[in-house]
Amino acid sequence: MNEKDLRSIIEQVLAEMNAGGAKGAETCCGTAAPAEAACQVEDGCIPDITEIDIRKQYLVKEPENGEAYAELKFNAPCRLGIGKAGARYNTLPQLEFRAAHSAAQDAVFNDVDAEFVEKMGLWTVQTQCDSKDTYLTRPDLGRKLSPEAVETIKAKCKKNPTVQIYVADGLSSAAVAANIGDLLPALMQGLQSYKIDVGTPFFVKYGRVGVMDEVSEITGADVTCTLIGERPGLITAESMSAYIAYKATVGMPEARRTVVSNIHRAGTIPAEAGAHIAEIIKIMLEKKASGTDLKL
Amino acid sequence: MNFLHEVILSVGIDIGTSTTQLIFSRLTIENQASSYTVPRINIVDKEVIYRSKIYFTPLRSATEIDAEAVKQIVREEYRAAGITPEELKTGAVIITGETARKENANEVLSALSDLAGDFVVATAGPDLESVLSGRGAGADVLSHDRRITVANLDIGGGTTNIALYEKGTLRGTCCLDVGGRLIKVEDGRISYIYSKTQALAKAHGIEIKVGDRAYPEQLYGVCRLMAAQLAQALHLTQADSHHAGMYTNDGRALPDQPRVQAVTYSGGVADCIYQKMEDDVFRFGDVGVLLGKAIRADPDLNRVELCQAVETIRATVVGAGTHTTEVSGSTIRYEREKLPIKNIPILKVSPEDEASLETLKSSIIQQMPLFTPEGKAEQIAIAFTGEKRTSFADVQALAAAVIESAKEVIQGPYPLIVVVENDIGKVLGNALNVLLEHKKEVICIDGIKTLSGDYIDIGEPIAGGQVLPVVIKTLIFNS
Repeated sequence: MNEKDLRSIIEQVLAEMNAGGAKGAETCCGTAAPAEAACQVEDGCIPDITEIDIRKQYLVKEPENGEAYAELKFNAPCRLGIGKAGARYNTLPQLEFRAAHSAAQDAVFNDVDAEFVEKMGLWTVQTQCDSKDTYLTRPDLGRKLSPEAVETIKAKCKKNPTVQIYVADGLSSAAVAANIGDLLPALMQGLQSYKIDVGTPFFVKYGRVGVMDEVSEITGADVTCTLIGERPGLITAESMSAYIAYKATVGMPEARRTVVSNIHRAGTIPAEAGAHIAEIIKIMLEKKASGTDLKL
Repeated sequence: MNFLHEVILSVGIDIGTSTTQLIFSRLTIENQASSYTVPRINIVDKEVIYRSKIYFTPLRSATEIDAEAVKQIVREEYRAAGITPEELKTGAVIITGETARKENANEVLSALSDLAGDFVVATAGPDLESVLSGRGAGADVLSHDRRITVANLDIGGGTTNIALYEKGTLRGTCCLDVGGRLIKVEDGRISYIYSKTQALAKAHGIEIKVGDRAYPEQLYGVCRLMAAQLAQALHLTQADSHHAGMYTNDGRALPDQPRVQAVTYSGGVADCIYQKMEDDVFRFGDVGVLLGKAIRADPDLNRVELCQAVETIRATVVGAGTHTTEVSGSTIRYEREKLPIKNIPILKVSPEDEASLETLKSSIIQQMPLFTPEGKAEQIAIAFTGEKRTSFADVQALAAAVIESAKEVIQGPYPLIVVVENDIGKVLGNALNVLLEHKKEVICIDGIKTLSGDYIDIGEPIAGGQVLPVVIKTLIFNS
């Protein structure tokens, strides 16, 4: 079937649908819009449903005490008090839900913009994953640097810094784009305010948390800190975590990592989180421990 | 974070017109965040563990408090409770009502402040008293839980302090010269009348003077007039020509919105409102019983719901002992050796002036002379909300603006203290520290709401050093 045939079939189907719709309208209301009116092109915008703050959204009709419910709801971004149509969601909440799901998928599947990485003054290395598909299906490869990456880090990074910081895409490129601009400089400034020496920061593409162990071994840093995109949820696709470890080594127990999660504009704001992580690193250096060994 | 739980001891001492009381309470502080997020440390429980006897406030003369006798009471009660000043982490001493007008009030406060513990703040003022008694009576919690507007009327010997809460938020305070001991009775005769009360009675055709026989019916008439003034203060009825003159020290009235939906009563007269007391109406040597009866019977006051207060006669002291302390945000920056600091006036940049950095700077520069009498720098705290300035770049610009406009503080001997509401305390503190090249001590805390005219006390770190106890003393309430 060529393109022309396809087009004619579609036109035919549309015409039938319009005719059917008009007929249906005629039978129920007695008035029919002309078929061409249904195809009219309008200027204008459909409101962006992702702009809606769900904490302020309350859609129950004829509530017992809507004001109190709305106030309660303002405390947390949950999908409650959104009304229903029979046993199902109303159209708007249903669309919002799907929009949030799409944003989460985009965050996982899109790459971090190379220009943004450069603007942040970072250079990029890659793990042993050669594509997103490999990255998602082979977590083990996401924890190992490619041979080129090892060479680049050896060549470009300061040796044996007190602290080595790097950024990784993890499961949300959106988190990197949304937070690193505030998080990274706040972290750097925090360390500067404590007069702690920091190595050369960079970006790891297709990076999972575990790759920090190899980075730690190559650079010889006392503390290694990765800022990594969290697996997105339906509330935000932009949440970021910091995993921090004292003298991380390949194969060490996961319990040796300290984590600060939920960094995004509606959680812990990235600039303040950066300042907080700097203090954790300071304590880690004093106590020479991390993870469950470190009593903060 | 591994910090989970800490209990601190707090004291409240209230030296009022008629009574002096003391309580000890336990404040429980907990990290409510999970261990893999930034800590969120709050006071989660407040429990009064010791209540003193209620003493008549010892006076040396009509214009002087007997400071030695007050100290003696406090010492006695500490001993009875088995608590030493060193164990106390926080608390407040408050001089209230007419007593605050006594000549040596400040002297008494500072004498007690040293006795009471290292970080126990001394304060006075009718607005603060309204707030403390309102919280002690539980009006704030009641209005929060039931989503209504509640006024607490703390009716003491000399004054009535009103605090208005809408859904848990303070909407206004006021203080009137209405109280149970504004007329005193001894041996069946009037032994004292406050001048304003006498004038109010006279204007309504009730002539009374010291030495007259005390007729319950006649004095009940005067009490009904006082009760009517309270109804007017709550905007439950039209204010008459005397009303404006009833406010203590020509203070402000309550805002007329939001409308009061329920009232609670505290103070010494409260028990005479909640309970019927018929026998000897002059048993306390004053008109407290009659005033309580008049309030219970007032038709305008009866138009709103009457709710039971959690504390009545002890509301203010409980408020002072358990509801003055708050904790700062959990991500802050401070210099430990500079703490505690007490009685620091707040230089507040209004939300409007915060809109641009230019107006923020000029607001600080213009207000600075108010805090530097004779050009000598005093210790101050600069406060603003920090709303909408959350990006790293915004915080840097904000830090630079503060440094530029607070030259007097930076060149002076005291640390730079910044108090913000929004959660940017640590990053702002770091920015200030780096911009000042580590050459100036910086204390930058967040999570604290302030108003122009407030004073702040900042205690030594608690919860493993993550938060600071803070007491905001609202001396002027801007509604």
